[in-house]
Formats: sequence, structure tokens, C-alpha cells
Amino acid sequence: MTARVGVVTFPGSLDDGDAARAVRIAGAEPVRLWHGDPDLHGVDAVVLPGGFSYGDYLRCGAIARFAPVMETLVDAARGGLPVLGICNGFQILCEAHLLPGALTRNQHLHFRNRDQVLRVESAGTAWTNAFQPGQEILIPVKNGEGCYVADAATLDQLEAEGRVVARYVGGNPNGSLRDIAAITNSAGNVVGIMPHPEHAVEALTGPSLDGLGFFTSVLKHLVGAPA
Amino acid sequence: MTTHPDPVRDTPEAYSAPAQPTEPLAQPTAPAAAPARPATADWTDGVDTVPRAGGTPGELQPYTELGLRDDEYDRIRQILGRRPTQSELAMYSIMWSEHCSYKSSKVHLRQFGEKAPHSDRLLAGIGENAGVVQVSDELAVTFKVESHNHPSFVEPYQGAATGVGGIVRDILAMGARPIAVMDPLRFGAADHPDTARVLTGVVAGVGGYGNCLGLPNIGGELVFDPSYQGNPLLNALCLGVLPVSRLQNKAAAGPGNVVVLMGAKTGRDGIGGVSVLASATFDEGSEARRPAVQVGDPFTEKLLIEACLELYDGQLVVGIQDLGGAGLTCALTETAAAAGTGMRVWLERVPLREPSMDPHEILASESQERMLLVVEPEKLDAVLKTAEKWGVLATAIGEVTAPEPDGRPGRLLITWQDHLVVDVPPGSLVDDGPVYARPMREPADLILLQADRAETLPRPADPEALRETVLRMIASPNLADKTWVTEQYDRYVLGNTVLAQPEDGGVIRIDERTGLGVALSLDGNGRYARLDPYNGTKLALAEAYRNVAVTGATPIAVTNCLNFGSPEDPGVMWQFAEAVRGLADGCLELGIPVTGGNVSFYNQTGAAPIHPTPVVGVLGVLDNVADRVPMGFVPRPGGDHDQLYLLGETNVELSGSEWAWVTHEHLGGIPPQVDLLREKALAELLAEAARVGHLASAHDLSDGGLAQSLVESCLRRGVGARIAVPEQFAGGSMPFVYLFSESATRALVSVPRGHDKAFAALCAERGVPFELIGVTDPTGGALEVHGQFRIGLDELRTAHTETLPRLFGGAAAVEVPAPAAGVAGAVEGVPLPGTPAEPVDASEVLSEPIASAGPSPQTGAVDPVGSEQPGESSESDPGAAEPSPDER
Repeated sequence: MTARVGVVTFPGSLDDGDAARAVRIAGAEPVRLWHGDPDLHGVDAVVLPGGFSYGDYLRCGAIARFAPVMETLVDAARGGLPVLGICNGFQILCEAHLLPGALTRNQHLHFRNRDQVLRVESAGTAWTNAFQPGQEILIPVKNGEGCYVADAATLDQLEAEGRVVARYVGGNPNGSLRDIAAITNSAGNVVGIMPHPEHAVEALTGPSLDGLGFFTSVLKHLVGAPA
Repeated sequence: MTTHPDPVRDTPEAYSAPAQPTEPLAQPTAPAAAPARPATADWTDGVDTVPRAGGTPGELQPYTELGLRDDEYDRIRQILGRRPTQSELAMYSIMWSEHCSYKSSKVHLRQFGEKAPHSDRLLAGIGENAGVVQVSDELAVTFKVESHNHPSFVEPYQGAATGVGGIVRDILAMGARPIAVMDPLRFGAADHPDTARVLTGVVAGVGGYGNCLGLPNIGGELVFDPSYQGNPLLNALCLGVLPVSRLQNKAAAGPGNVVVLMGAKTGRDGIGGVSVLASATFDEGSEARRPAVQVGDPFTEKLLIEACLELYDGQLVVGIQDLGGAGLTCALTETAAAAGTGMRVWLERVPLREPSMDPHEILASESQERMLLVVEPEKLDAVLKTAEKWGVLATAIGEVTAPEPDGRPGRLLITWQDHLVVDVPPGSLVDDGPVYARPMREPADLILLQADRAETLPRPADPEALRETVLRMIASPNLADKTWVTEQYDRYVLGNTVLAQPEDGGVIRIDERTGLGVALSLDGNGRYARLDPYNGTKLALAEAYRNVAVTGATPIAVTNCLNFGSPEDPGVMWQFAEAVRGLADGCLELGIPVTGGNVSFYNQTGAAPIHPTPVVGVLGVLDNVADRVPMGFVPRPGGDHDQLYLLGETNVELSGSEWAWVTHEHLGGIPPQVDLLREKALAELLAEAARVGHLASAHDLSDGGLAQSLVESCLRRGVGARIAVPEQFAGGSMPFVYLFSESATRALVSVPRGHDKAFAALCAERGVPFELIGVTDPTGGALEVHGQFRIGLDELRTAHTETLPRLFGGAAAVEVPAPAAGVAGAVEGVPLPGTPAEPVDASEVLSEPIASAGPSPQTGAVDPVGSEQPGESSESDPGAAEPSPDER
């Protein structure tokens, strides 16, 4: 049976269609979820897409975390549901305390969109098991507030537990501490990533096909996971 | 209702009930109607009503301050048969402004219709919110470019942001989903301190709005020239796609239908915004106009887009119009006039940000992110529900009324708390505005300017000088790598961007199933147009056309944004007329119609206008975006070489060139020859070659000539090249000419092995001149011109990419001493009037708002260049001035 992967649309979500396309190209069935509907409609995994939820006029993701869908999602994630937060989705996961730390204004204060090399540090998560540890991949980064920060103890813990999922290589585009581009929770089912794997799934429109691995990973994970 | 906090909607009255039927109003005031009350009546609750206006014919009104001339005011009185009320006066002054009425440009713009080549594709053309072109059986695209020049100088961030927001709503109003934006930008000298203020704010504003809206930015221009120092140009284009069956129109048809205002609340921001700002030449009081610049809220616009698209798909609206310049006034009168109906509006129902607003302020407000809908009464509930789903305000504010019994169009009646404040024939505001055939005269200095040819300037004549020239040119601000700007824009969102800057044209896939896509390019060259506005405009058209063609697309339609100085200056008016004639003739020769555009006048400071700057946009179709041709040389495993061909003819054409400006600060002579039939032949060749797979890369030649194109094609993917200058360009300075001439109708293509013979045969068959000039060199890591120089790609890249970060990336930007500020048409040898620039506090400049920040603190501390110089006189009287139009 095809896995069903939910993609949440908040007011101001922008990359929801792209995330759904990536899910489809990876071979799963995308299911559109609505911020105001707490029902997850039985999906097997969820993507929180990029964008500017509620305009991000307040702290990014600070309002979205209170959406009805999030109440259900937080519980489901704690229960093991694979969740991938991309960009704004990463910010929302931090605001919802599913992931530690916060994303702040880029150090250089500009929005920056470029093709970015990442090194996959952890291939043990639900969203990165298709990669080899240490593998370098190229996917777009685009954000104004993507500077990952956390206190030193948290950063040490993330590193010690192998929860840094990916780091920026060849230049840190936003000043993130320890070049962190993606992290996971201790169970490895929730991943937040600042760059955009969903924009690297087609040769015509992306800099590579490297982003597809995130979406095929979750399918692999679901096949292996107990029902 | 959304169930959680929503900054957009916080008042319960947001979803007000449908318009209640009310008693018919007092009869529309007939001309010379008897005063309803004594002529000495006090204002009714502080409101100047129609009856009161009838009773106080002698009351003095500030029409001059509002930009109306004596004869225009008299005409309004004649139309109404009485003096206008305060609200009516505000409405006429806005609608009859240059910006809304095109009163100076109309007589010229007619040519776009009169000379238009026939096109079966055109579903909506000039006069609509944007032109709509059919691209397949099911799909159409709509695109338009508009200016937001004046606001972007006064308040760069918000001026630019709302410029993007405004054009997006135009596209939305046609029934389309907006899918991409582009931004041609022009600023003063790159190293002038005020440029750092304006540019950083404008770029952050374009990015802040477009990124938050989720629209990829796929291209544009970035041009520096002292003529734009006090008048930067912010033009913004939006592209949309729609099913042919979803095309919307603005007519408020169907008496009894409900008029709904949807989107943001109405506030005092932007009162008189574009309309006043764009009406007057800048003077020293410009800073005080800042409150007239609108403030953008991209989040609300995003919700508005989604809500409108859902309304269209549910077939819930009869008519729709965006609110932009002239706000509610424009939307009400245009929708009614388009249908010949009347309208009855209860103004107090308009949701206000500031409850103290007067009726004329509500009518004139240019608050952003609003749309006017015409809805059948039985569908009103569904409309309000959709708005509610997206968290957007929607309020029934009026209803459509029938035409007069004798068949004349209906009247627009507006009440404010039961007082009749407006009673006008809507068409009188929309269609009966003044039209001027303004005096025109070729600028007196043009003959001398044209005689001062750049072909006579000293040129590099040895390999070392040529090598230095290459490095200097690719590092010059207009030719340098633009990444510092473009990486502030999201080019990936929506996942359909096939090509984006720095490619020649942006390419967007519009149908994932079939691969159907469109290509777009916008180009202009103010120097060429200054030297010859007729041919300069044709050159802009030719370049945009060629930029679309090199992607492999077939050009099908044109839009334009005509940026000029004051139409009250006969020299400027002549430039304008020549430019329009050039564009209309050019489109006829190419066989593609102008579908819409925009005119921006009064881009001048004191007596110094900008270079005439027609920016031309060309749209092309690609049946399958997989066939698109990028500009970069292709790396080949094993180091295979592709063959490099130069298509077209190179002549000694240096006047108006980037080289003449960068190395000699020279502007003079005659711009390159333009032959649009040859341009068409080149485009057809490129499309065919792309389709059959002959082309690995293709790159247009324009500013900076062959050298620039070679460097860009090498650096794009890090592939070197080896070329040889043809024999006829050997010796002396001729290699330089070959590399830097800006002759039109040329392209640099790379052809994979095995395709060369067939490609050469195709060129011969199409009659396009071609010459094999060398090969790509994937392993050499350098650009080599045989017998001249060899420059490593790293050295090229460093020179090409360091300029903009050095100028704008940090505090260094503001420490550069300001050069003399040039004026339009500076001729070598003539001293340029200049205003010494004041130093700018670096911390202020650096605090310029970034990305998604909201309203930004204004920081620029520098006087606009060109506060009037002693001895100069202003040719345009700001008080009597009008604005700059929109398009038609």
C-alpha cells in the first residue's frame, strides 16, 4: 500500500505544493492537511512546509504552533509519527518544543537564496536513512531567519547524541552555530531542516536530485516500522 | 472562522450582512437642482454633501492644490451642473491625474492598438488590468510590468514592496494565479552614498514582499547611471497563469448584484499616494511626502490570492477589480463604467483602520491588499464563507444599480451615514478625463550629442590593454555579477522555475503534465534611448525578444513600462513620442502585439530628467521546457569540446556602449543599428535549433559585447573556452572591437559534436550569419583569446563577483567619496552639475530593514541629488503637476 504523507497548509505556507510534489515523486501519496483541522486523516508521516506562516510578523512559527493541527501533531510526533519540518516548518517544530533551539535572523541580516552543499551527519533518522553518513548533497537554501542557535550544552548534547542531521559545507549561509543545517529529536522521527530538499527533486527545476532522499527515506522507514 | 489568532481580522463586523435594500435616494441631482437647504448651510455633520454643494456654488475649493487646472475644474462643474462636493473633487482630481488618465500619453499610446499585428492568442489586451495571451487549448498567461518609481525613492523598502504587491493584484484580477515576478531596477551611480540607501531598501522590499508571497523572482535588470540619482526606477512585472475559462473581467454587471470589498482594512496610508507623488517632480520637500507611500502586508495579499482563486473556481464572482492607485475611487468608477451600470455605495460600511477618516479619505485611500468584487446576491454567503476560510475581511458595501431608463449609463451614488456625498456619472471619471497633445520638440542638444561619436575614442590596441579592459569591464557595476541582489530573492518557490537570473530569460513551467512553459525577459537601455529614442526603444524590444529566443522559446507578446521625465518638457515629450512610435513599429515588424503596459512620467529632479527609459518585456512560449537552452557552457565528461559559434554580424558600434561609459564616461553618437527582420530570423533559427537539440548553450550579446557573454557563459558552470578573433578583426584595436562592440542581433552558442554540420546548414538555410570562433574547454580552466590573452576562470570570477558586495555588502559602501552627480545626457567635456554628497552614517545604512521585516525605519540621511542647482529653473510646477500613469 502506498504510504500517505500529510503536508500541512498554514495561512502563509508557500512551499506546501512543492512538498506535496516531492512526496509524489518519491512514490507516496501526498495528503493535504489544513491548519484549522486537528484531524491528521490517518497519514503515515507529516511534512511542515516552508513559507511565512501568519506572515511571520511575530517570531517565525510562534503563531503556527498554536494551530489546531499542531495539537494533534505534537502528540503524534511524540508517539513516533515521522515529521519533517522544512524552513518555516523547522521554526514551527522549535516553537512547538519538538526540537530544541531556535532559528533567528541570518547573521548578515539578508534573505539568502543559494544552492548549498550539506554534509549528512546522521543517516539514522526517519528522513535521512537513504543517505550515507558523511555524504555531501546539494540542495537550495532560502531563508531570512535560518540562523540556528541553542545554548552550548544543548549543542554539545545534540552532537554527542548524533542528533545533528546535516551541516553546511563550503560556507555557512546564515551564521548557524556549528554550521548546523538540520537536527532531529532523540527518537529520530522528527527532523527539522533549514534548506529545502523539496526544491531538489527534479532535474529541470532543481540544482540536483539530492532532496529526493529525504522523502524516499521516510518510505523506507515506514516499510520497516511496525504498523 | 479561523480558530486561532489572525492579525488580519480582529473585528466582528468584518463579515457584515449583505447590503440592505434601502429607500431610493433623493433623485440624482439634476444639473442646477434646487439647493436642498439654504445656501449658507453649515456642513452637515462635517460632511460636504451633494445638496450642500448645490446650494453653495461660490464656495472656494482647493482644486489647484489637488493638481487640477482651471479648465479641468470648470469641466467638472459642467459635468455635474454644480460644484463638486469635497469627495467628488478628490475623486476627479485622482482619476484625472496623469497617473490614472494617461492624459499626456493617450494620444501616443493609441499606436499600440492601431499598429498591432493580428494575434489569435490575445484574450484581453490594452485597457484591461493586464493583457492575457492564450498559450494552449486550456491555458492562458497574463503578464504586465508597472512602475513604482517615486514611492521607491521616498521610502525604498515600502515603495518597492507595494510596487510588487500592486502588479500582483493586477494579474490576480484577470483570474490568474500569480506565478512569478521580475524586477528591472535602476539607480544612480553605484558608488554614490545615497545609492546604498535606495538600493538596499528597494532590494529588501522586492524580496520581502515577493518572498513572503511565495512568488519566484526569475529575472530583471540592475542598472546604475547618474541620471537616475534622484529618480531611481523600480519597475515590477508579474506573470500569472489561468485556465482560459477562468478569465475574469471588471465590469459591474447585473443590477441588484452586491458590491463587496475584500482584503485589508482601509487606512490613511497612501492617501494621494501614487497619484500625488507621481504627479509632481521631486523637490526639496520630497521627504515630507513619506506618509503618502503605502505600506505593504504581503501576508494579507497571500490570503487574498488564495481566497480570490477559490472564488473564481467556484464561479462566485461576476466581476472583480483590484484596488491600487486611486483606491476605491478607481475601482468603483471603473467597474461601473465598464458595465454602463450605476452603483449605490454605503461608505460607512467600509472597514476602517482609523475610524476618524472622512469620506473623501476613504475614497482616496490607497491602502494595499484590497479587491472589489461584484457578486450575485444568492452567492454572497458563499463568498463571505470563502473569505472567512482564508481569514480575509469581506464586506458588502453597495450594490449595482440599473442604467438610466433612457439607456444612458447609471450613476454612482455614495452616501456617508445617510448623507449623499457623491453623485456622478462613473464614465466621466474614467473615460472623459482630459487629453492633451502636449508640445514636443527634439532636445536642442541632441544633434551635438549624436555627433560626438564613441567610435572616435581611444581604444585598447595591444593584448595587455585588452586583457585589462576585459577585467575592468566585467567588474564594472552594470556588468558585474548580480548575485548579491538576486540571492535575496526566492527563485525556487512553486517548484516550476526552469531558468532564472542570471540567465537571459526566466523560464517557468506552467503545465507539469505537458511541460508547457513560458519565457520572459525585460530589457531597456536608457543611454541608447537618450541618443535615439526611436531606435533605442526598438533596441530594447530587440534585446528582450532575443533574450527570450536564446532560451529556445518563441516570442508571442509584449508589455512595457515607459519611464520618462516631465511631459511638460517638450524635449521629454518628444522622446516619449519617439519611443512609443519605435515600440509600435517594432512590434508590427516582429508580428507580436503589445498587450499592456505602464507610463511613468515626472522622473526628473529639477530640470534634469532621467534618460528616457522604455523597459520592454517580451513573453515567449516553450512547448516543452525540457528543450530550454541555458546560457552556460556545458562541462563534458572526458573534456569534450563543444563548438562555439557567433551568430550575427559584428560592426564597429561603440556609441552608447558600456565600454564608452565605463572607460571614458562618454555618452554620444548613434546607438547600434537595429534590424528587426534579422532579429526575427535569428529567433526562429534559435527556436528550431533548440527544438532539434543542436544547442548546448545560447547567450545573447548586448551590454559589454562578446567579451561579457563569453565570460558569463564560462563562469556559469566553470567551463573555459578558447576562441580566435576572425581575420577581418585582426590588427590594432580591431580585436577590441570584436570583443566589445555592441552590435545587435547577435548570440553566442555552443554546439555539441555531431551537431555542427547540421547547425551550420540550418544557419545558412535561414540566412543567419554565423562564424565558428572557437571551442569550449572544460579542462582548461581559462578563457583564452588566441594571440591576445588567457585569463584564468578564478581571476575572472573574482573580478566579476566582488563589485556589488564591496559596494553594498558592508560599511565600506558608504565610505566611498561621492562622485559628481551627472545629469541626463552628460556629454564629455561638459562639466556636470553636482551636489557634493553628505557622508552617511554607516550604522544607519546598515540598519536598513531586511527581508520580511514590516514597515521599515527610514534611514537615508542624504539629500537627493539634484535639489535645484543655482541657475536652473524647474520646468514643471509641482503644484500644477500631474502624475504618472498606469497603463493602458
